[in-house]
Amino acid sequence: MSSHAPTASANTRYFVPDPSAWPFLLTAGLVAIILGAWSALEDKSLGSIPVYLGIAVSAFIIFRWFRGVALESEHGKYNKQVDTTFRMGMAWFIFSEVMFFAAFFGALYYARSLSVPWIGGEGAKGVANIEWPGFEASWPTNGPAALGGAFTNMSAWGLPFVNTCLLLTSGITITLAHHALKDNKRTACIVWMWATVALGAIFLYCQVVEYIHAYKELNLTLGSGVYGSTFFMLTGFHGMHVTLGTLMLFVITCRLMKGHFKPDSHFGFEGVAWYWHFVDVVWVGLFIFVYIL
Amino acid sequence: MATAHAHDEHDHSHDHHHGPDKGIMRWIKTTNHKDLGTLYLCFSFTMFFIGGLMSLVIRAELFQPGLQFVDPEFFNSMTTLHALVMIFGGVMPGFVGLANWMVPMMIGAGDLALPRVNNWGFWILPFAFALLLSTLFMEGGAPAGGWTMYPPLVLQTGNAFPLLIFAIHLMGISSITGAINVVVTILNMRTPGMTLLKMPLFVWTWLITAYLLIATMPVLAGAVTMLLTDKYFDTSFFTASGGGDPVMFQHIFWFFGHPEVYILILPAFGIVSTIIPTFARKQLFGYDSMVYATASIGFLSFIVWAHHMFTVGMPLAGELFFMFSTMLIAVPTGVKVFNWVATMWKGSMTFETPMLFALAFVFLFTVGGFSGLMLAITPVDFQYHDTYFVVAHFHYVLVPGAVFSILAAVYYWVPKWTGVMYSEFWGKVHFWLSAIFINVTFFPQHFLGLAGMQRRVPDYNVMFSDFNMLSTVGAFVFMAAQFIFIGNMLYCMFGKRGQVPNRVWEGAQGLEWTVPSPAPYHTFEDPPFLTDSETTVHWDEADETLTGVRR
Repeated sequence: MSSHAPTASANTRYFVPDPSAWPFLLTAGLVAIILGAWSALEDKSLGSIPVYLGIAVSAFIIFRWFRGVALESEHGKYNKQVDTTFRMGMAWFIFSEVMFFAAFFGALYYARSLSVPWIGGEGAKGVANIEWPGFEASWPTNGPAALGGAFTNMSAWGLPFVNTCLLLTSGITITLAHHALKDNKRTACIVWMWATVALGAIFLYCQVVEYIHAYKELNLTLGSGVYGSTFFMLTGFHGMHVTLGTLMLFVITCRLMKGHFKPDSHFGFEGVAWYWHFVDVVWVGLFIFVYIL
Repeated sequence: MATAHAHDEHDHSHDHHHGPDKGIMRWIKTTNHKDLGTLYLCFSFTMFFIGGLMSLVIRAELFQPGLQFVDPEFFNSMTTLHALVMIFGGVMPGFVGLANWMVPMMIGAGDLALPRVNNWGFWILPFAFALLLSTLFMEGGAPAGGWTMYPPLVLQTGNAFPLLIFAIHLMGISSITGAINVVVTILNMRTPGMTLLKMPLFVWTWLITAYLLIATMPVLAGAVTMLLTDKYFDTSFFTASGGGDPVMFQHIFWFFGHPEVYILILPAFGIVSTIIPTFARKQLFGYDSMVYATASIGFLSFIVWAHHMFTVGMPLAGELFFMFSTMLIAVPTGVKVFNWVATMWKGSMTFETPMLFALAFVFLFTVGGFSGLMLAITPVDFQYHDTYFVVAHFHYVLVPGAVFSILAAVYYWVPKWTGVMYSEFWGKVHFWLSAIFINVTFFPQHFLGLAGMQRRVPDYNVMFSDFNMLSTVGAFVFMAAQFIFIGNMLYCMFGKRGQVPNRVWEGAQGLEWTVPSPAPYHTFEDPPFLTDSETTVHWDEADETLTGVRR
C-alpha cells in the first residue's frame, strides 16, 4: 500500500464515480438474451426477438460503459490508486477465466484417465465393464455405444499447428506493439497492433475451416461421445475468448489511432495484452492436451 | 487506466459531494457502498423469508407421516429451491451486504474499488432469482432434482431447465464481480499504515472468502454449462455410453461446492471474531493464529470435496485421502473455537443481543462441526449418507452458524448504519426464541438420521413421527420469531436519529467507530489517520511508527 501512497494533493482523495444506470441496463439486456435462449431451447414461444434485442442492448451498454471509462481516464480523473485497482481487477478476472477452463480441462483428464479406462475394465472401478462387455478403453473414444458413429480425430499437425504458430506469433507482435508504445513510436505500435488483430482474425477463420472439416469429412461432432464433447467445448470456448480478445484488440487499436494512451500510462492496452496472452496460454494447453496427446 | 495527471483538479468538484438521486432511481443507479450494502441486506432478508416459507412447506408436509399437503414432485421442488434460495439468495448476499457496508469503513476507504461493478453485481441478483422462482409456475414444474443438480436426474427437469442453468450463470457473475471488488478493495484501498496483519478479522476472512469465490464460481459455471450441453446439444460429459461419467459431474460440482461451504462460513468467523472481543472487553486472543487458521481452511477446502461422495463408488485410495484431509480441517477450526473461548476468559463480559448471537454461534457451530467430523469418517458415512443426520449437520452450521452470525452482525452495526439503537428487550426476545427453537427444529433430526430417515422424501416410517412433529413445531416458531427482528430493524430504519454516539459499544475498536452514527453518505473522502487504538489487532508495543502518522 505504502508504495502507492498518493503524494500530490489531487491524489489524496478517493475516486468515486457518479451514479450510473449502465449496470442495471446491462443486466436487463442479459436477461432478455436468457429469456430468448430459454425459449429457443424449450417452448419456442418468444421467438428470436428477445435475443437480438438483448444482444443489442448489452453491446450498446458495454460500448458506452467502456467508452465512459476511457474518457474518464483520458480526462485525467484517475489517480495511481485507480490504476492499481484496474490492474488487480483484470488479473483476478483472468484468474476466474483460468478456473472456468480448468473445469473443462478437468473433465478431459477425468474422462481420459479415469472414466474411460473404468468402462473398459481397467483400474479400481473396472467393474463398470460388466455393463459394457467387450468395450476396450482407448482415446479418442465416443464411448461403448459409439455415440455419433465412427469418426476420425483431429490431427494436430495440420491446421491446429498452423493456428498454434499464428497465436504464438500474435503474442510476439503485441509485445512489439507494447514496446513501441512505451518508446512513443505510435506508428510502429499501430502497425504491430493491426498485425495482431489480423493474426487473431486468421486464427478464427482457420478454426471455422477446421470445424467444417470435422463435421463434414471426419464425422467428428459435439455428439461424438466424450471426445467430441471435450474437443468442441474446449476449443469452442477458447474460440469465443479469441473472438472477444480480437474485438478488444480492435478497439484498442482504434483508440491508439485516435491518440489515446501515453508511453507511461496505458493500462487499457496492457489489460487487453494480458487477456491476449491468457488466450494464448490456454491454446498451448489445448494444443498439447487436446490435439497432440 | 491512467496515472496521475496534473490537470486533475478540473473535474473534482464534480466527483464528490454528490448527493444521491431521488426516489427509485437512487437505488437503481447508486454506486455508493452503503446504498448497495442496504440493497444487498434487504434482498438477502427477502430471500430468507421466501426460502423460509419453502422450508415451512417442507416441515408442514413432514408434520405427520403420509402425504398431507403437497405432492412429492412439488415437495422435491421445495427442497431444491429452498437450498438454492437460502445459499445463493440469503446467506451469500447477506455477507456481501455486510462486506459492502463494513469493509470500506474498516480499512478507511471511500468506497469499494469498483463502484459501478458493485452496482452490477447487486442488480443481477433480483433478476436471477426472478428467473429461478418463475420456474415454479412452468410446465413440468420447478427443478426438483436437488440443489446439487446431479445428472441424470436433473436432466429430467421440464421447461424450467435452461432457466435453472442461466440463473446459476447470473448468480456466478454476481459473485465473481462482487468478489473481485472485495479483493481489490482490500489489497489496494487500505489507509496508509494498515498492513495486512493489522486488518480487522472480518476483512481478513472476507479476503479469503472472495478468493474462494473467484476460484470456484467459474468451475460451477463450467459444470452447469456441461449439463446444458448434455441436455440440448448431444454432448456426453455425464453419459457412460459416450465415455463420460455421471460421477464426473459430482466431482466438478463439489470442487466448487466444498469451498462454497467455507464461503458461507468464513465471513461468519470474522463477525464473531469482531463481536466477542467487544463484549468481553479484551483484545482478540491469537489474532495471527486466526489469520493463519482462516488461510489454512481456505487451502484445505480445495482438497476435501469428495467427502460428499463417499458412497458413490470411488477408489479406496480416494476415500482414504478425502477422509483424512477432511479431518485435518478440524485443526484450524479448533484453533478458532479455542481462540474465541480464550478471548472471553476472564473478560468483563456483558450480554447484549449481538454477543448472545455470537455466543450461540460458538456453541452451536461447534455442534455442527462435530457432526461434520462424524460424517467425515468414511465407513460410518455409509450409514449417515443422505439421511436427516446430514440435514441436521449442515443446518447446524448454516442456521445457528452463518445466519446467526449475520443477525449478530446486523444487531452489532445497525446503530452505526441508521443512528438508531435497536430495542434491546425485543432483541433478546428474538435471540432466545431463535436459539431455543432452532434446536427444537434441528436437534431431533440427528436422531432421525441415525435411525435411518432419508432426506428429500415427503413420507416416512411412522416410528419417526414424534421427532418430526417436534421438528415442525420448532421450525414454525423459529420463523415466527424472525418477525420480531424485522420489527426491530424497521424501528432502526425509521426511528428518531441522533441518539447514538460514534462508538456505539464501549469496548469496540476499529475505524468504523470513529465516524458519526449514522455514518455519512461518503465516509472517508481522504484516507483517515490510523492510530493504535483503532487497529482492532493487538498492538505491538515496539511498533509505534504508525501512531498519529499522516504518511
